[in-house]
Amino acid sequence: MASPNKPGDDERVPFMQRLLDNPFLLLFLGVASPAVLYTIWGIMEIIQIPIAK
Amino acid sequence: MATVSEFRICPTTGLKVHSAAEKLIKANAVVAVVFLAIGGLFGLMVALTRWQAVHLLPADWFYLALTAHGFDVLLAWIIFFEIAVLYFASAILLNCRLAAPKVAWAAFWLMLIGALVANVAVLQGGSSVMFTSYVPMKAAPHFYLGLILFAVGALLGVAVFFGTLVIAKEEKTYEGSLPLVTFGAVTAAIIAVYTIASGAIILIPTFLWSIGLVSHIDTLMYKLVWWGMGHSSQQINVSAHVAVWYAIAALVLGAKPISEKVSRLAFLFYILFLQLASAHHLLAEPGLSAEWKVFNTSYAMYLAVLGSMIHGMTVPGSIEAAQRARGFNNGLFQWLRKAPWGNPAFSGMFLSLVMFGFIGGISGVVLGTEQINVMMHNTLYVPGHFHGTVVAGTTLAFMAITYLLVPLIFRREVMFPKLAKIQPYLFGLGVLGISVFMMGAGTLGVARRHWDMNFADAALTFDYPPAAFLMMALNGLSAVMAATGGLIFIVVVVGSVLFGKKVEGKIDLTGGAAVAKYGSAGTLKIPGTAVLVAVFFTCFVLYYFVNWKYLSELWPLR
Repeated sequence: MASPNKPGDDERVPFMQRLLDNPFLLLFLGVASPAVLYTIWGIMEIIQIPIAK
Repeated sequence: MATVSEFRICPTTGLKVHSAAEKLIKANAVVAVVFLAIGGLFGLMVALTRWQAVHLLPADWFYLALTAHGFDVLLAWIIFFEIAVLYFASAILLNCRLAAPKVAWAAFWLMLIGALVANVAVLQGGSSVMFTSYVPMKAAPHFYLGLILFAVGALLGVAVFFGTLVIAKEEKTYEGSLPLVTFGAVTAAIIAVYTIASGAIILIPTFLWSIGLVSHIDTLMYKLVWWGMGHSSQQINVSAHVAVWYAIAALVLGAKPISEKVSRLAFLFYILFLQLASAHHLLAEPGLSAEWKVFNTSYAMYLAVLGSMIHGMTVPGSIEAAQRARGFNNGLFQWLRKAPWGNPAFSGMFLSLVMFGFIGGISGVVLGTEQINVMMHNTLYVPGHFHGTVVAGTTLAFMAITYLLVPLIFRREVMFPKLAKIQPYLFGLGVLGISVFMMGAGTLGVARRHWDMNFADAALTFDYPPAAFLMMALNGLSAVMAATGGLIFIVVVVGSVLFGKKVEGKIDLTGGAAVAKYGSAGTLKIPGTAVLVAVFFTCFVLYYFVNWKYLSELWPLR
């Protein structure tokens, strides 16, 4: 199969292409981003709410 | 290592088809369609109950049907089908064997048992807690157990998908980068991992609470983590149906994306930011700060919206480029007029694309803006929005690709071709009505999840304007139309799979193997698409600012 994007041996693969070609790095980023920005940040805000007396 | 006898060569695409993958795709797709039929029936009952002149179900049955409708179509139909898409996008498109078929079968049975257990719990009547199952409403323990089993099964299916990617790379069944459709499936699978993890984090303690082992679940904490599953599960759909759009355009017309790199960047925006839109369900919660709300919705979510807008341009752009290459060059729109509108795979895909953008997409941005969200939070506007994304967008796209899977994977001819031809239009028009009229009713303040908008026997009553009742009647009529389209789909697909004529040789598909290749169209000569995008932006800006005007009238400054 043709591979128009395949770089030559001496050509450095651009960072973005290396990122997009690594599904497990993407998996880490795709889980870490919402886990930190949505879940953990949200939980920290909720646990700081004072308990009613 | 799989033996040669475990593969067949598809005469249409030239791709190697692993028999274990093929069987699993069939099993997941068939069960998905069964749950679509069941969930769709419950949905029709809900719509006919909210049509005040019909008011079909008593209150307890209404909430039971609403719960079953939510689970069966939002989770069971879509996730089963998505697992089929994942196996197709990995083993089939990458020309390799499926990793661990036994694990994939275990995943299938866990999902099926989980879905059946949850349905039994709902039908027994003690678990009418609706799709969100907000605590402190308590369902029967086996309702939560069913959901957990279903989620574990889905997670195993996703693991098989990632394992297949590893096998394809190690066995060098493809070179360079993944094809775009597979990359879209990777995006869906990544979002699925976060979604299922969020579900496990909240549903396991909730199950323990239901059997008395945990004394208390904090309601706001539940909502926060639950929506990490509840809304993100719909983001799996978005990624999967965008991948399906690219797949259908490639299979039917041989369309290549305008730019692989730009389309992959748009998927990266999904991976990083799409799940954060879960926060729009919590915009009216007093316990969370404005910083958390605005960052997760108005800032981060807009980057994901940018991703959708890129796909919204590149998918029709790729179709225009392919059509112009075939000689349809007259004027701005000959490529569109001469598109295969009689092919239900194409028409379903294009209707899905247009309705997802204009209805689901624009209304999603409005709901995701903290200030204007308050006007329609928890009104019927919300289900109006997500019927525009999940039904008009995802379900219609999945129906469309089924018309290709039947001859390619089940190797049967599509029966009743005239019915199949009108089905996407009938279903699409019905869903358009459902979305628009529910959003209209929501704008007039009609609450979602409410059995009786007449407030009969209520201690405190409220009179909605007559237009709201008209909207609900039109919603009911639209639901009848969509249900008819759904029924035709079931009849055509089940009939074709069971009794369709066997496909022996090649089927008539212009694109064929283009779906499994990396590469761009290499042209930006897409003036018709540019005009369509301009129309979209005009509608987007007008609708967005009209809502700000409504807000200024809600609380006038004097």
